[in-house]
Amino acid sequence: MLAYALRRLLSLAASLAVASVVVFAAIEIVPGDPAAYMLGMNASPEAVAALRAQLGLDAGPVERYADWAAGMLRGDFGVSYTYRTPVAGMVADRLWVSLPLAVYALALSTLIALPVGVWAASRRGAAVDAGVMGATQLGVAVPNFWFAMLLVLVFAVNLRWFSAGGFPGWSEGVRAGLKALTLPAIALALPQASILARVMRSALIETLGDDYVRTARAKGLTRGQALRRHALRNALIPVLTILGLQFSFLLAGAIIIENVFFLPGLGRLVFQAIAARDLIVVESVVMLLVFAVILVTFAVDLAYAAVDPRLRRRH
Amino acid sequence: MTRNLRIGAALAGAFALAALASFVWTPYDVAALDIAARLQPPSATHWFGTDHFGRDVFSMILVGARVSLAVALVAVGIGMGLGVPLGLAAAATRGSMLDEAIMRGNDLVFAFPALLIAILITAALGPSALNAIIAIGVFNIPVFARLTRGAALSLWSRDFVLAARVAGKGRARISAEHILPNLSSLLIVQGTIQFSLGILAEAGLSYVGLGAQPPTPSWGRMLAEAQTMIAFAPWLALFPGLAIVATVLGLNLMGDGLRDALDPRIRRARA
Amino acid sequence: MKLLAVERLRVAIGGTPILRDVSFALGPGETLGLIGESGSGKSMAALAVMGLLPDRAEAAGRALLDGRDLLARTEAELCAIRGRDVGMIFQEPMTALNPLQTIGAQVAETVRVHGAASRGEAARVARASLDRVGLAAFPLGRYPHELSGGQRQRVCIAMAIALRPRLLIADEPTTALDVTTQAAILDLLRRLVAEDGMGLMLITHDLAVVAEMADRIAVMTEGKVVEAGGAREVLRGMRHPYTRALIAASAPRSRRLPRIARTPRLEVEGVTRDYPGPRRGLLGREPPVRAVRNVSFTLHAGESLGLVGESGCGKSTLTRAILGLDPIQGGRIALDGHEVRAGGHMPAAVRARMQAVFQDPYGSFDPRWRVARLLAEPFHLVEDAPRGADRARAVAEALEAVGLSAADAGKYPHEFSGGQRQRLAIARALIIRPKLIILDEAVSALDVQVRAQVLDLLDRLSTRLGLSYLFITHDLNVVRAVADRVMVMKAGEIVETGPTARVFEAPQHPYTSELLAAAPVLEMTA
Repeated sequence: MLAYALRRLLSLAASLAVASVVVFAAIEIVPGDPAAYMLGMNASPEAVAALRAQLGLDAGPVERYADWAAGMLRGDFGVSYTYRTPVAGMVADRLWVSLPLAVYALALSTLIALPVGVWAASRRGAAVDAGVMGATQLGVAVPNFWFAMLLVLVFAVNLRWFSAGGFPGWSEGVRAGLKALTLPAIALALPQASILARVMRSALIETLGDDYVRTARAKGLTRGQALRRHALRNALIPVLTILGLQFSFLLAGAIIIENVFFLPGLGRLVFQAIAARDLIVVESVVMLLVFAVILVTFAVDLAYAAVDPRLRRRH
Repeated sequence: MTRNLRIGAALAGAFALAALASFVWTPYDVAALDIAARLQPPSATHWFGTDHFGRDVFSMILVGARVSLAVALVAVGIGMGLGVPLGLAAAATRGSMLDEAIMRGNDLVFAFPALLIAILITAALGPSALNAIIAIGVFNIPVFARLTRGAALSLWSRDFVLAARVAGKGRARISAEHILPNLSSLLIVQGTIQFSLGILAEAGLSYVGLGAQPPTPSWGRMLAEAQTMIAFAPWLALFPGLAIVATVLGLNLMGDGLRDALDPRIRRARA
Repeated sequence: MKLLAVERLRVAIGGTPILRDVSFALGPGETLGLIGESGSGKSMAALAVMGLLPDRAEAAGRALLDGRDLLARTEAELCAIRGRDVGMIFQEPMTALNPLQTIGAQVAETVRVHGAASRGEAARVARASLDRVGLAAFPLGRYPHELSGGQRQRVCIAMAIALRPRLLIADEPTTALDVTTQAAILDLLRRLVAEDGMGLMLITHDLAVVAEMADRIAVMTEGKVVEAGGAREVLRGMRHPYTRALIAASAPRSRRLPRIARTPRLEVEGVTRDYPGPRRGLLGREPPVRAVRNVSFTLHAGESLGLVGESGCGKSTLTRAILGLDPIQGGRIALDGHEVRAGGHMPAAVRARMQAVFQDPYGSFDPRWRVARLLAEPFHLVEDAPRGADRARAVAEALEAVGLSAADAGKYPHEFSGGQRQRLAIARALIIRPKLIILDEAVSALDVQVRAQVLDLLDRLSTRLGLSYLFITHDLNVVRAVADRVMVMKAGEIVETGPTARVFEAPQHPYTSELLAAAPVLEMTA
C-alpha cells in the first residue's frame, strides 16, 4: 500500500511540475505588455521600461519561470500588477468563498444523487426508474448558469427567500454565509447530481448481474441484502472515478456561477484579472485550481486502494 | 428505431434545420434595431417577444443556433480527427514510449478543468467563435484518445486480430481494417455526447463574453444580456435557455437511442 | 422418501418453452448426474429448484424437497431454505466470489444470514468449513484474487456446505478447471457426500465425470429428459439414440494410422521466452518470468503432433512464438528450413506455409466482415492472390471442403453456430494451402458431439491434403483421438515425448502419470 501511495505521490508531483510549465508558457504567449497596460496609453517609453525592469519582466523566460516556481513553493505568489498587493493574500480571501461553495455543491449532489441512483437501479424498468432517467436527462441538459438565473427569479425576486446575489462574509456568521451560498450551490449541483445518479444507476445495474451476486442469493440472501452487501460496494468503484472527474467540472462551473451571483470568489478574480491583463494573478489562480484537481485525483487513487484490495500489494 | 432515438433525432434535427434555414430567411432581420418595439412580451407578431433593442427574439434564436451548432460540430471534428488516431496508435503500440507519451498527455489535459482551458485560450487569443472552437476542440482530443485507446486495447486481445496477424498484416493495417470499424458505434455515440457538451460549453463561453462577438447573436450572450432584466422581461432569459436545453436534450436522447440501436447484441437478436 | 423429486417441471421464458416436463429424482446420500450439452436446459432445471430463475421466467410443475414443493414457496421461505437446506455452486469460480470481501467473511455470511450464530461463532464455523475443503493453510483474511481457480471453487464449496445442507447442487463445477484440479475437486465432493450423507446433483456435459461419480443419471437434450435411471443401467443399456450418440462421441477413438515421415517440417531448438516481471516497490521490477525454457522438438511432414499441458504451462506462449507473433529470447525456430522470426522480418512466403485455428469460435472472426472476406484474409500473404471470380471460387472450395456450402460466403459470422464457426476457421486456415496448421485448443469450447465431428473433419483433411498438425490442448481424450505423437509440457518445459499409444499406456514422467490418473475415463462395460 505504501509503495502504491508513494508512486501516486511521485506522479502527482510530476504532473504539477509539467502543468506549471504549460501554464507559464501559455501566459507567456499572451500578446500585450503588462507594464504598458498598467501605466496607460500616455505613459512615456522610459517609464514603461523602468516598470518592466522593476517587475522583472526583462529577464529571460527560463529565469522568470524558475523564480516563479521557486516562489510558489515558498508560498509567495508574487505581487498583483493591478492591485499592488500580494497575490497570496487575495487568493486566500477568495478561496474562503469558492472552496465552501464547491464542497457545499459536492455534498448536495452526492447526497441526492447516490440514493436516487440506487433506488432507480433496484426498481429497474418500473415507473420510478423511467422517472429518474427522464429527470436526469433533463438535469444534464440544463446549463447551470441559466438554472441559476431561474432560481434567482423564483426564489429571490418572487418569493424573496434568498437574496439575488452577493456574499456577506463569514464574519456575519456561518448561517448567513451558507444562506448566501445555497442558491449557487443548488445551481452547481443540479447537472452534477444528474450525471452522478445515472452513473450510480448503471454501475449498480452492471454489478447486480455479476456472478458473486448470484452466489450471494444462492446462500440465502434476499435481493435487498445481496444488493446492499455485495453489488453496491462494487458499484461504488466506477462512481468514485466519476466523482473525482466531476470535481474539476465543479470548479469550472463555479467560475461562471460566481458571475451570476456576484460572489467574491476565485472565478470573479480570474475574470477581472484577465480583463486587466494581470497575468500574475491569472497564473496563480490557474495553478491553484490545477493543483486542486490533481490533488483530488490523488485522493481518488488512494480511495480506490482503500476500497479495492486488488490494488494493494500482496503480503 | 427506439422512441428515444426518434424524439432525440426530431429535436436535434429541428434545431439543425432552424440553423440552416436561418441563412436563407428569418422572420425579422436580427441586425435591425427597432427601439420603438423594445421589450415586448411574446405576442402574435413577435412569437418570443423582443429584446431591449427591439430585436425579435425568435429570429435571434434561429441565428444563434448557427453559432452553437457550428462551434460544437467543428470541435467534435477536431476531437475525433486528432483523438481517434492518437488512441489507435497508443493501443497498437501498447507499452511503448509513444503509448506512455499519449497517456501522459491525456492526463495532463484532464488536469485542467475544461472550461478553464477554454477561458484561458479565449482570453489569451482574444474572444471569437474560432477560438471557442479551438478551446473546446482541444479538450475533446484526450476524451476521444482515451476512449479509443481503451476500447481498442480490448479488441487487440481478440482472436480475430491474432488471425489477421497470422495472415501477415501489420499493426497499422489491422487498426484500419479491423479495429476502427468495430469502434464506429462507440465513437458515434460518444460523438453525439461530446456534441451536446460542446453546445453547453459554447453557451458558457458566450455567457462570459468569450465566444462569438457582437453583432453575431449567440444563445449564451443573449442570456448574459437578459440577466439584468430578468425581473421585468423574463422571456428574454427563458427562450434562449429553453433552446439550449432542447438541443442538448435532443442530442443526448439521440446518443442513447443510437447506443441501443447499434449494440451488436441487440442487432444479432434482430438479424 | 426421495430427497429431491422433480415432477413434470415446465419453464418458459417470454413464451418460449425452455424445459418441457422434466422429471428426475434423487435419494438422500445419492449422487445424481444431470448430463446434457449446452442449451439442453440442465442449468435452468437447477435454477428452478433453487427459485433463482430470471424474472421473466414462468415455472410450472413440482419440485419436492423432502416432500414439500419448492415451487409453491414464497421468496422469504426460499431465502431461508437456500444455503441452509440446499447449497449451490456454479461454473466460473474466478467470478463467483466478491472481490472486495475476505474469504472468511463470505463463508461466515452463509451462517449469519440464517441467524445461526453470532459473529465469533460464525467465524469459527467458517474456519471449520474452509478446513474441511482443504484450505486449512489459508487465513480467513485472504482475498479471492489471491487464490487460484481451484482454490476459489473450494471456497465456494465451503460457503455452500457451511450449514451442512441436505442437498448440494453443483452446476458444471469443474468445467473451467485444469484436469488435475478437476480430479481434486471431484474427490472433495465425493468425500463431503460420504461424510455428511448429503445428496449431490452434479450437472455436467462430461459423461466420464458422471460415470465415475453418479449413482443415478438423467440425460437431457433440448429441454427434455430423454433417459433416466441408475447410472450403470443407463450407460450399459443406452436405450435412447441420443444417449448412444453421446457415449459414442465421448469415448476416445484413435483411428489414425501413424504416419512415419522423415522430412522435418517444423524444427524448434532450445527456444526460451521471457516476460518482464511485475513492478516491485517504487521503481524496480521483479526478475523476468521464464514462460518457455529450452524447448526442442521436430514435427515431420504429414505428422500430427499433440502438445498437452495444463493452463499456465507455457503452451500458448510457445504457440505464438512458433507462429512468429512474439519474439524469443533464445533458440531457433525453422519452418521447412526457413527461420521464423517475429516483428516483420519474416517473409510472407514463409508465413504462408503455416496457418492457425484458435480456441474461441466467437472471437475468431471480425463481427463486421462477411465470410467471403474473412476466409480470404490469408491471401494477404500470397503474391499473386486470386481476385474476383477466382477468389470467389477459392472461397467456395474451402467452404465445401469443411462441410459447409458455397452459399455461406455471403453471411455474417453470428449467423453460424459454434461448431460451424470452427469449420469456418479451419476453412480460413486451409485456403492458401499451408503445409502446417497449428490448432490452439481448437475444439475445447465445443460440445462433445460437435467436437467429434470437427476432429473427424480434421482427420480426413490431413489425409487428403497432406497436412501436418500441431495440436495444442489440455484434454487428453482429444489428444488420444488425433495425435500420432504427443509432448507433455509443464512449467515451460517438455517433460515427455513419444508415440501417443506408448505415452498413454506406459508414461515415463511422474507428471504424465499424474495427468493420466486425474483424467476421468469412461469405462465401456458393455
